[in-house]
Amino acid sequence: VNLEDAARRAVEAAVSAGASDADAWAEESTSRHVRVYAGEVESLSDAGGRGIGVRAFAGSRSGYAYGTDLTDEGVSELARAAREAAELADEDEHDGLPDESGSADVNGLASPEFGGWSTERKVELALAVERAARAREGVTQVENAVYADADGSVALANSRGFAATYSATQAWAYASAFAGEGADLMTGLGVAMGRDPGALDPEAIGAEAADRALALVGARQPESRRCPVILDAFVAASFIGFIGSMLSAEAVQRGRSLFAGREGDVVADPVLRLADDGTEPEGPSSAPFDGEGVPTRRNALIEDGRLLSFLHDSRTARRAGRSTTGNARRGSYRSPPTAGTTNLVVEGGDRDLAGLAAQTGDGLYVTDVAGLHSGVNPVSGTFSVGASGRLVEGGELGTPVREMTIASDLVSMLTAVRSVGSDVRWVPFGGSVKAAPLLVGEMAVSGS
Amino acid sequence: MAELYAESRRGFALSLDDGRVERPQSGRERGACVRVVQGESTYYGYVDGLAEEDLLRVAGSVSEAVRGNARRPSALRSAESGTRHAIATPPEDVEATRKAELLRACDERARAAGAEVSQARIGYAESHRQVEIFGSDGRAAADDRTRIRLSAQVVARRDGRVETGTDTRGGHAGWELLEDDPENVADEAARRALTALDAVDAPTGRLPVVVGNGFGGVLLHEAVGHGLEADAVQKDASVYAGRIGDQLAEGFVTAYDDGSRANAWGSEGVDDEGTPTRRTTVIEEGRLTSYLYDLLRARKDGVESTGNGRRESFRHLPVPRMTNTFFAPGKATPEELIGGVERGLYAVSFGGGQVEPATGDFVFGVSEGYLIENGRVTTPVRGATLVGNGLEALRAIDGIAGDLEIATGYCGKGGQTVPAGVGQPHVRIRELTVGGTAS
Repeated sequence: VNLEDAARRAVEAAVSAGASDADAWAEESTSRHVRVYAGEVESLSDAGGRGIGVRAFAGSRSGYAYGTDLTDEGVSELARAAREAAELADEDEHDGLPDESGSADVNGLASPEFGGWSTERKVELALAVERAARAREGVTQVENAVYADADGSVALANSRGFAATYSATQAWAYASAFAGEGADLMTGLGVAMGRDPGALDPEAIGAEAADRALALVGARQPESRRCPVILDAFVAASFIGFIGSMLSAEAVQRGRSLFAGREGDVVADPVLRLADDGTEPEGPSSAPFDGEGVPTRRNALIEDGRLLSFLHDSRTARRAGRSTTGNARRGSYRSPPTAGTTNLVVEGGDRDLAGLAAQTGDGLYVTDVAGLHSGVNPVSGTFSVGASGRLVEGGELGTPVREMTIASDLVSMLTAVRSVGSDVRWVPFGGSVKAAPLLVGEMAVSGS
Repeated sequence: MAELYAESRRGFALSLDDGRVERPQSGRERGACVRVVQGESTYYGYVDGLAEEDLLRVAGSVSEAVRGNARRPSALRSAESGTRHAIATPPEDVEATRKAELLRACDERARAAGAEVSQARIGYAESHRQVEIFGSDGRAAADDRTRIRLSAQVVARRDGRVETGTDTRGGHAGWELLEDDPENVADEAARRALTALDAVDAPTGRLPVVVGNGFGGVLLHEAVGHGLEADAVQKDASVYAGRIGDQLAEGFVTAYDDGSRANAWGSEGVDDEGTPTRRTTVIEEGRLTSYLYDLLRARKDGVESTGNGRRESFRHLPVPRMTNTFFAPGKATPEELIGGVERGLYAVSFGGGQVEPATGDFVFGVSEGYLIENGRVTTPVRGATLVGNGLEALRAIDGIAGDLEIATGYCGKGGQTVPAGVGQPHVRIRELTVGGTAS
């Protein structure tokens, strides 16, 4: 199937069905997923997916239909369904296709090395991850070691004459290791991602899983306190992802963001610099154009402590009297575009973990949080989430701790950031985030 | 064992936000998954669409992994329907404009609840899944599944303060589920948002906790249920491994997983491996009695599948998953449970929760909570989090009321999301760590 051709056919069918405008997003991918356990393949998959989503406008109303049938009849039926669905929607004067479309120059989305990897070598990579984790003394179990990848293409066409396509590859691997036993069992996750399997270091992934679990062995509930807190890159990424979702103009305009009305305000300490960048070559969410055919770009979000911009698609931009920032996002062909983040990028600082701990003096180093999505009030930003990690004692990492919560509110947390760590890495939590450890001046820690 | 899982799925969704009906969308997907199990290894492949050449390609690719074990194929039986949840009015037979009207009616009700209501988002979704499962071991089953769900999220504002409240109604059912006062969903969400405006910061410390009925059952789901799923148990990644027969709770505590419960949200006719769903007693009079199995894990333990082999779609492998999990009703009344608490927390509903099955450690965000003072429910609190351990929490249950209710949840595990019913009557826990925001 030629994807761009399928997208064009869908747009034509929607216009024939009476749509005043239309766009269609078609995608196709093949993927591998390998899970190993105790030195054997537990499961291995070979998958092929394809589908298309059609957005049809009836003036300023829009409807959407998606499906897996890319034949002529299939896309025609979807186009009619989308046009019909548009009748149900209320008028929205700001809705419609973007005024201008195009593609940004984004290189390196698809690795030429990707195709050279046989299934056997991918299985061997997963096994190597597991071996590396089991090799660490004190590791009692490796529950999961997984290698997965995808090789996909996307095409977008609209009734204003835009049609474009791109391909991307992605590979990732992770492991979860256990250390300790019974009620004192601790878990740790190791993860890495790249454009092809060669970018993944199985030794490092396994070792990270093991080390994160081992660091928590013997953890106890700490006493409640207010203290400085270092969030490691994983935890920082989860928080940054949450903050990014509130910087989407969609959340802002719907009254579901604590940042509403705060453009230009000081919302963070100047050491924290944050951008959304859909053009980063390594970014899992990078692409030449967004979900409605607007070129992607880098948008500075927080600089000098100030909130500079929200993230717009063409609809939120019209409503705000702005230009789109190229942030129309689609989870897949199953959903119409909506304003959201691409890759959130935190600019790294100059202190490594030891340097952050020294700056902390006495405090807490958090390596895991639980319940972030239920523990944060999305409107007020207050949160209280479960956490585990280690105490920082006299400027060094000390006693492992668990069964506690850390609480603050998001803006207080951002303005209390004292240092950004130098160990910047891509983390697949909270969307796609290039994160660094953050030292926060004070948070409430509740334990016993 | 070789297996073919074929699925056809239609869905329709519509929402109302900021007073406008928007995002009408319909979907139609078809696809199939071929699974081959040899020893402890599973090989599978899936394709979008049911084109013969695609199916043959994926079957060829998957079976390549087990070449050298060729056997004469046996003829497949025609699939036997395992459908058993009656649908009075299929949602697709209802005019789409009525669904839009329902959203508008809910919006009105939410806004009528008080001048401080500033936003309402109402969502409607229906799905119709038809699945057929054929196994080389003679399995040939089919199921026809209809689900419907109405949800409301309401935002209330007072001065600088903003709070949200949510409520949902859903089931393995048709439009009939929404015939009796569906707007009540909006009333409840609005009531929760308005109540939260008066909330004070939650207390911190170890306190007795009375957990509300219905969605309060997410505590059982997270803190116990996940640890009973046999995949975690067999990898020794569960604190409940090796504990069958052990007394884990007081004698008045009984709990079930029941995928056969009529028209409940997490129910199916057969599971995604063709095993008829059923009621499994997981805790009987305080003793742990069973884990939750799919075919693979059951074979390994030499038991029968409990009908818990579920998958999100043809794009996923079946794994042991809960269906509707709930505590059986007890003899107390909610008033008695609350009346026995001098100072504690009444956790009516949760915003969600998370558990580490290997340790049983859990965290829940309390979305609607109140202080209990001298045996009475008093001030609403916000920002409370319950932190604890499943085994400890089970042991600490010291009262169960009779008001069982089941709510609609979505459960994520290993990248798959499935509808799961969570429920319970009011339950009292002697002591739990409450992480609050009060200093």
